[in-house]
Amino acid sequence: MVKELGLRRLESLRYRATLKSSKEEAMEPVIFEERQNQVHRKGAQPFEMVCNKESLAGAVSQRACVFCGSRVVLYPIADALHLVHGPIGCAAYTWDIRGALSSGPELHRLSFCTDLQEKDVIFGGEKKLYAALTELIERHGPKAAFVYSTCIVGLIGDDLEAVCRKVSKEHGIPVLPVQSEGFKGNKRAGYNAACQAMFRLVGTGDTAGISPKSVNILGDFNLAGEIWIIREYFRRMGVEVVANITGDGRVDDIRRAHGAALNVVQCSGATMDLALMMEEVYGIPHLRVSYFGVEDMAESLYAIARFFDDPEMMERTRELVREELSLLYPQLQKFQQALFGKKAAIYVGGAFKAFSLVKAFRLLGMQVVLVGSQTGTEEDYQELHDITDEGTIIVDDSNPLELSTFLKEKDVDIFVGGVKERPIAYKLGVGFCDHNHERKEALEGFVGMLNFAQEVYNTVMSPVWQFAPRRAA
Amino acid sequence: MKAKSEPYVSTTNACKLCKPLGACLAFRGIEGAVPFLHGSQGCATYMRRYIISHFREPVDIASSSLGEKDAVYGGAANLEQGLRNVIAKYGAGLIGVATTCLTETIGDDVPGIVREFRHKKRSLGNLAAMPEIVTVSTPSYSGTHMEGFHAAIKAVVKRLARAKDPVRAVNILPGFVSPGDIRYLQEILRDWEIPGIILPDISETLDGQALADYEKIPPGGTPIKAIRQMGGSTATIEWGRTLFGQHTAGQVLAERCGVPLHRLGTPIGLRETDRFFRVLEELFGSSAPALHAKERGRLLDAYVDAHKYVFHKKAVVYGEEDLVVGLTAFLVEIGVKPVLCASGGQSGRLQEAIIEVTRDILPEPPLVREGMDFYEMGEAVESLAPDLFIGHSKGYHLARRCQAPLIRVGFPIHDRFGGQRILHLGYRGAQNLLDLIVNAVLEKKQQDSPVGYGYL
Repeated sequence: MVKELGLRRLESLRYRATLKSSKEEAMEPVIFEERQNQVHRKGAQPFEMVCNKESLAGAVSQRACVFCGSRVVLYPIADALHLVHGPIGCAAYTWDIRGALSSGPELHRLSFCTDLQEKDVIFGGEKKLYAALTELIERHGPKAAFVYSTCIVGLIGDDLEAVCRKVSKEHGIPVLPVQSEGFKGNKRAGYNAACQAMFRLVGTGDTAGISPKSVNILGDFNLAGEIWIIREYFRRMGVEVVANITGDGRVDDIRRAHGAALNVVQCSGATMDLALMMEEVYGIPHLRVSYFGVEDMAESLYAIARFFDDPEMMERTRELVREELSLLYPQLQKFQQALFGKKAAIYVGGAFKAFSLVKAFRLLGMQVVLVGSQTGTEEDYQELHDITDEGTIIVDDSNPLELSTFLKEKDVDIFVGGVKERPIAYKLGVGFCDHNHERKEALEGFVGMLNFAQEVYNTVMSPVWQFAPRRAA
Repeated sequence: MKAKSEPYVSTTNACKLCKPLGACLAFRGIEGAVPFLHGSQGCATYMRRYIISHFREPVDIASSSLGEKDAVYGGAANLEQGLRNVIAKYGAGLIGVATTCLTETIGDDVPGIVREFRHKKRSLGNLAAMPEIVTVSTPSYSGTHMEGFHAAIKAVVKRLARAKDPVRAVNILPGFVSPGDIRYLQEILRDWEIPGIILPDISETLDGQALADYEKIPPGGTPIKAIRQMGGSTATIEWGRTLFGQHTAGQVLAERCGVPLHRLGTPIGLRETDRFFRVLEELFGSSAPALHAKERGRLLDAYVDAHKYVFHKKAVVYGEEDLVVGLTAFLVEIGVKPVLCASGGQSGRLQEAIIEVTRDILPEPPLVREGMDFYEMGEAVESLAPDLFIGHSKGYHLARRCQAPLIRVGFPIHDRFGGQRILHLGYRGAQNLLDLIVNAVLEKKQQDSPVGYGYL
């Protein structure tokens, strides 16, 4: 078996070498001149990358907008009213798109909009906003309301703050404007706007009875029930969870989130701003964690146990990890054998997820040959550079032309991304794993690693690729 | 349900999409075209995701990616840079520039910017690589994706079609139908030996083959050359009863090039298809090919075979207005009783169009509502107790609540496979819809029964 695997690896290396020599030089013209410094090939030159800049016009960026950033962060708060103040598209395209589950109310799954019309644009939308908010709050009785500003609202200059204040007073619930005008930056600015809105909730609830060994879970959106997996681990460790921010989130929990001893923050910056504000104002420290892949999952739990400096908790955590791994590893073997030496490409929204994916693929015996993100920072890319192999392409704010070119050049077996990346992979006869917010498979936790391996296996091992024209040729 | 005079201020779960999305879909059906949104980056990305999820095809929509300072100082520089980049990397034959709320409101003069851009290119002697650039105004705050779709087609015709020497051919402006529908329409014309120009033609561009390489722009679509020829065709057939009375692409061809315009309903079901076939017969003097006559015969046979299963089943039909009209025309033919015909669109013509297609069969027209969202629909169905829902996948929540089957048609279909291939049009489309509906009724009956019937 080992020999066979070794041979396969050798073959794949040889194949890559031939590809490299024949294709590499011809490939670069696909990259826009303005974007040359947003693509790096590890090993070629010293690492240097430009990022966090506005998308190039006409380049078909895979990025979304400020509104999108805010919408995805706040969306899972299930007992709040989420009102999009703007034209219908912004609401329609974000209706029930996330697989963010709730264990109770499901108000978040409805799509509310002021559906601004021409006359509102001319005369202002404040009256309509006021009437819509009043109508919806009376109809649904939410615990709070978030009002999302869109491009058009930023231009016509509606005073969201004033309308929200008025409605809040009249109905006795928090009504929070989210300054998410689409054109005012990229998704990151939207994360910040969402955090600003949530921060106004924090500190308004009663913190009595909260354990000193307690955390808030930040940056988990309960896709496919993932936060429930993580909460169960915390329960076994003896850690109380005060607020889910925001997966399966509740307004009242967020209001008392300042009573927690620690913020554990996942995801690339989506909720980091909130953690920083809470640290500054309430003195709550934060830990960056990741629940993807075995290494990062285990290390996250250990880090939390270390923080509480409680030997018993540490022992419980060790026991938990041992138990989970003893269940997981035997089941992973089948996948590791089948997938050894296969090549993977990653293009995701935030770079933090990419770190874990690189490690998760390594655990499966696979090699990451392309990794990129929509909104990574300089430090993120530095880290990606540090953990990837020679020759790996690292890319910021990419587009279909580049991605398709890189996939071909590296002859990858699987591409991990979101809905917009899927048809690029499929057209090229490449397998695909959805790791975006629309996924319906839980990929977090130890069990998530198994699901991930299964997902990768299901696509890579399918017999269909042999018929794909690019492979059959 | 509130009275019509007192509608809700807010919209909940809209039954419509925004105007630029429709323009992008229309541009996608032109050979070598790249849709381009002048606005913030998010619009293009959201729409791509939405469209890709239905068609399962790459859908590249370029954007001028305006930022905050562009919103203040105007988006001309970004638009020009975006056009240059699309020309350089995509080698587009046509760029369809649609505006968004943002650029409409800051008041960018898009036709002016494009004229200037063209002028600059010309002075550089760069004209060879210069694609056609069509601009269309599509602010999301006025109209739905269907208005955007028709506006884009009209803009394309305005830009490209000129009076030509007469040629024996028919222009067909089908509106937004599925790639499967367009392929079937092509087949009809081919069998009939009638040369046709279908605009737009998404049969390949939004339902492509597996190919050896990634195509920057998918092959297929109405050739630009063919669009230029539309001015010489024998006639134009434009589908969509809610378009009657509106100034459309068909009318541009009539006014500018003298091409006679025949406005018909979208040919769904027997009678609307008969009307379409009759016009073709009158125009080209030959009767329908035997193959298609037989298909009609089989459809009639199926109507009879199926009639008892579906008689007086109560249906809610929703979606784009012209699709709703066509489906309703079909449903009343087979004895299904539409209890609510609803759309998020507001053409002002829906009621009248529904009466036109139902009055031969129904003594009273069904309840028709324009500008309706799924929340209002939910309130309405409480008293209507429908047996069936017919529409796109966004009605699933409602159908599930009513424990009634949903027959998925139109766009978008985000929870099933093969939405791009669903056949709605013509005799064959009616056959397909009939099979789907009868089987949905049978399945429901089987599921609800404790007996476990193996024969139905």
